[in-house]
Amino acid sequence: MKPKSVAVVGAAETTKMGKIPDVSVIGLHADAALNAMADAGLTPADIDGVATAGISPVELAHYLGIVPTYADGTQVGGCSFMLHVRHAAAAINAGLAKTILITHGESGRSRVGAGGFPRSPASLSGQFEMPFGPAGPPTMFTVPVLRYLKTYGLSVEDLAQVAVIQREWAAKNPRASFKDPITIDDVLNADMIAWPFTKLMCCLVTDGGGALILTSADRAKDFPQKPVYVLGTGESVETPMVSQMYDFTSSTAFKVSGKKAFETAGISHADVDHLMIYDAFAHLPLYGLEDLGFVKPGEAAAFIRERNTAIGGKLPLNTNGGGLSYMHSGMYGMYALQESVRQMRGIAPAQVPGAKISVSHGVGGMFAASGTIIFSNEAP
Amino acid sequence: MPPRMLPEPTPETSHFWEGALRGELLLQRNRQTGEAYFPPRPFCPKTGSRDVEVFRASGKAVLWSYVINQRPRPDMGTEPYAIAVVKLEEGPTMMTNIVGCPQTPEALQLDMPLEVVFEKMSDTIALPFFKPAGA
Repeated sequence: MKPKSVAVVGAAETTKMGKIPDVSVIGLHADAALNAMADAGLTPADIDGVATAGISPVELAHYLGIVPTYADGTQVGGCSFMLHVRHAAAAINAGLAKTILITHGESGRSRVGAGGFPRSPASLSGQFEMPFGPAGPPTMFTVPVLRYLKTYGLSVEDLAQVAVIQREWAAKNPRASFKDPITIDDVLNADMIAWPFTKLMCCLVTDGGGALILTSADRAKDFPQKPVYVLGTGESVETPMVSQMYDFTSSTAFKVSGKKAFETAGISHADVDHLMIYDAFAHLPLYGLEDLGFVKPGEAAAFIRERNTAIGGKLPLNTNGGGLSYMHSGMYGMYALQESVRQMRGIAPAQVPGAKISVSHGVGGMFAASGTIIFSNEAP
Repeated sequence: MPPRMLPEPTPETSHFWEGALRGELLLQRNRQTGEAYFPPRPFCPKTGSRDVEVFRASGKAVLWSYVINQRPRPDMGTEPYAIAVVKLEEGPTMMTNIVGCPQTPEALQLDMPLEVVFEKMSDTIALPFFKPAGA
């Protein structure tokens, strides 16, 4: 085994998922954390590092009775947990902590004990975006897309196709929020939210959480679950204002993060058996496939249309149903990581037979940030 | 209808909003390279140089991308409106609204030429909007 390898030894989501009106935000963090500890055969006394976003790592540690030697409160939106995994791997190797707990919990739908996301009118976004009427992510994350479609000669049907194929995956997942098949026409005829985006091109709004526990790979073999090794990692940030993206047809943060992850993992795209790309909206898998280098710019829509990412395709993508059909509490990155871990353990509801390498790619904010984790079930 | 969400200028951006009140679209550029940038800050984001100047932009732009919000924010009225990004002649992009034109996909064609107009919203703030050029 390569020195300085790190592995996931505990992974779990909240006991319930979807609509959980009887649990607050901190309660969702704790439920996921306790489930992950049970999965790893640990108690809070065994955890010496904590990382979380949405709430502070101080709140998390104290609520669970953990007195850590390492705390990470990196908060860059929905991919924060990818960055937490990356930082945890470095921290374990630097001796800052031995057993690190990463949690997510969000009462996105029920809003129990949930905070807001106020933007100060003095921030740059508050001065130069908010006065023009954005009303949340469906009206901001989507702004670059018409330019993308025009640049590559694509149509709204190409966005709809993403949602249709992810629903096919969701049908295999008992915990998915939406499982009934949909057609391109269903997607196009759904309620218009922010033209050209209909409701079925936008993520769900649900309640839930998830937690991961990481330790060094040499300790990992003593845990009850099959270790899932962290092969490579990447992260980057780009802009707090979607109107200031460097290129409306591509995420610079995706490219930087993905390249670093593939370089550190020492793998090629052909080695990847399973892929998660955070799909807050239907265009994200298109940008992700291109910016991670799986296809050339402008080719992702055809790649999806030809069913390469569908059940039985060569690159199974968003096999839990994704943020469009599985769940999306607000910061979905944790659920992408959970599905990658399930696939590497061989226990996913829509298991990819023989999968050995999984890439989990997240976005934060509205193309604001990115994190990429490459996992394997074989020791590096 | 609640009052429209308006910007709160900071020392680094106040020149922009003072210019807007006078009907001038002010950008900044690196005095060495000539490259324009936005939003305002007292240095060039490409090089870090503080040797920058404020200048009046042409006000010409093209429609770069947009969505049409079907669920208006309470302070924005009751009709769907486009949240647009324009590409200024000088290079930078900025978010805005398109005025003087139906808020429909048919009327809002990417790359259509636009020009800036200012609408006074309060004693201290005028917002830069864009309208079809020559309209």
